[in-house]
Amino acid sequence: MTETKDKGSPSLSRRSLLKAGLATGGAAVAGVAASGARAEGDPLITEIQDWNRYLGDGVDAAPYGLPSEFEADVVRRNVPWLTADAVSSINFTPLHELDGIITPNGLCFERHHGGVAQIRPQDHRLMINGLVDTPLVFTMEDLKRFPRENHVYFLECAANGGMEWRGSQLNGCQFTHGMVHNVMYTGVKLKTLLEEAGVKTNGKWVMPEGADASAMTRSIPMEKALDDCLVAWKMNGEALRPEQGYPLRLAVPGWEGNMWVKWLRRLEVGDEPWHHREETSKYTDLLANGKARRFTWVMDPKSVITSPSPQMPISHGEGPMVISGLAWSGNGRITRVDVSLDGGRNWKTARLDGPSLSKSLHRFYLDIDWDGSEMLLQSRAMDEHGFYQPTKNELRAARGENSIYHNNGIQTWYVQKNGAVENVEVG
Amino acid sequence: RESGIFKLGRVATQDEIAAWDIDVRPDGQGLPEGSGSVADGEVLFADNCAVCHGDFGEGVGRWPVLAGGHDSLKDDRPEKTIGSYWPYLSTVYDYVRRAMPFGNARSMSDDDVYALTAYLLYLNDVVTDEEFVLSKENFLEVRLPNEENFFMDDRSEEPHYASKSEPCMTNCKADEVKITMRARVLDVTPEDGGDDDA
Repeated sequence: MTETKDKGSPSLSRRSLLKAGLATGGAAVAGVAASGARAEGDPLITEIQDWNRYLGDGVDAAPYGLPSEFEADVVRRNVPWLTADAVSSINFTPLHELDGIITPNGLCFERHHGGVAQIRPQDHRLMINGLVDTPLVFTMEDLKRFPRENHVYFLECAANGGMEWRGSQLNGCQFTHGMVHNVMYTGVKLKTLLEEAGVKTNGKWVMPEGADASAMTRSIPMEKALDDCLVAWKMNGEALRPEQGYPLRLAVPGWEGNMWVKWLRRLEVGDEPWHHREETSKYTDLLANGKARRFTWVMDPKSVITSPSPQMPISHGEGPMVISGLAWSGNGRITRVDVSLDGGRNWKTARLDGPSLSKSLHRFYLDIDWDGSEMLLQSRAMDEHGFYQPTKNELRAARGENSIYHNNGIQTWYVQKNGAVENVEVG
Repeated sequence: RESGIFKLGRVATQDEIAAWDIDVRPDGQGLPEGSGSVADGEVLFADNCAVCHGDFGEGVGRWPVLAGGHDSLKDDRPEKTIGSYWPYLSTVYDYVRRAMPFGNARSMSDDDVYALTAYLLYLNDVVTDEEFVLSKENFLEVRLPNEENFFMDDRSEEPHYASKSEPCMTNCKADEVKITMRARVLDVTPEDGGDDDA
């Protein structure tokens, strides 16, 4: 088709809009937005537009569709200085641009320890061995003949927010909270597979192992393995993405993302934990007294306001606005989210919207009438077991600043009069 | 075949299990036959490891530091190494054999891994004799200094979780809420992070 669209980056348009707003004050932004309306009317209405005259693409143009080019800045981002190398590294889900609770597959954050393994599904095998009656080997075809289940779960990296233990560092909820995604998994219960091999009575632990170059291993207690773990091959209805473990991964609902072993090739049953690298050197939480917690599996109740946020400033001036955010808990369902506009002095209970699923992201909204004054926005999640999300200072008082993992402290956004938003800590 | 409701899959052969089941536990389960010396380990380390980890395990650039950091765990900036932090030697053997060298995993023989493990003990002053030979037989005699300093997750006993009390909703802070720290001061967010050019 004839290309007549503006190729300029959509992010630039909003950025320049914001700059205009910042230069002259928030109220002026609304003026910019309305400037198209002249006495004779808005030319976007009074003049016939290209897309109203010329034909668009046919149905054969995009066998696998991608987002509009005007959404080009809704992408995963990494922070190069965080790790030595992009292969054993992390990137971040653009939470600030998303809504609802489901993360689009192409935007789910990635964390690899040996890069993305590329495995032909016909070449993939899953072995069960150790303290079982019959050690077994499954093909992908075998696995798809077992009874199947679908569940929506969040997967949060244990290190999500880890850079913020010492204070405000990264400006944007993509970076401070974006090591999380939430998709619907399809697979077979781990329990079903273990029963097929027959767990011996002294089989108390299960060790999943990945097929990639890091050969990731973790120790999972049998109680959890038999409860809700899922061996999954689909996410949001389609095959797992390679970066999410194609063709097979483990889901360990509510527990730290490191345990969700990707490219899953083996499950060993044992009578003791293995104390492997990812549960000794890594994913142990150092306290101020020099001792360290091990086996900190559950991801505690947490929330963040995704808009407004540093990457999503207020560009419309005073008046009605939507405060939007996410809350989740590895313990179960979220029952309540409170929002403060004044740094935690006063709180209002927000509105939970959409499905409320156990160990899944929840969406919350608080609709306010902004008078253009400064705000210190916070959100505080509560789960069905009555656990409240603590402040960062409460966490530091209990743990010090060197735990690296499991930072679920309350986030503060400083909203300025011009609509700009900043990651801050408050006293 | 003894087990299974669905009778899906097939029985794994002993060779298949041996090929994939290479994991090692702190009690020595999984350790292969073999041995290696500090001196042999030093050569192997120089050829295969030092480009990232440094000749003495000190780490090059941002690559992991493997040695040193003794008594630093209470410091403002602790240095967590095999010698200062790791609880079990079995983890060293298992991880090196499973996943190192980075980009060429599974390329070391069992004897090589014993030698590298011996050298890492030497770099961390856990053994001081250059003639030391680590083997399956003496492996469990070696203990790492920080073994006793790990304990099970007890987060639910922290005050903010243990209380489970209804949180404050109004007039929760006596003093004015003040900003104590700002991310913009550090300015370490990537440039394309969003609309951050204020």
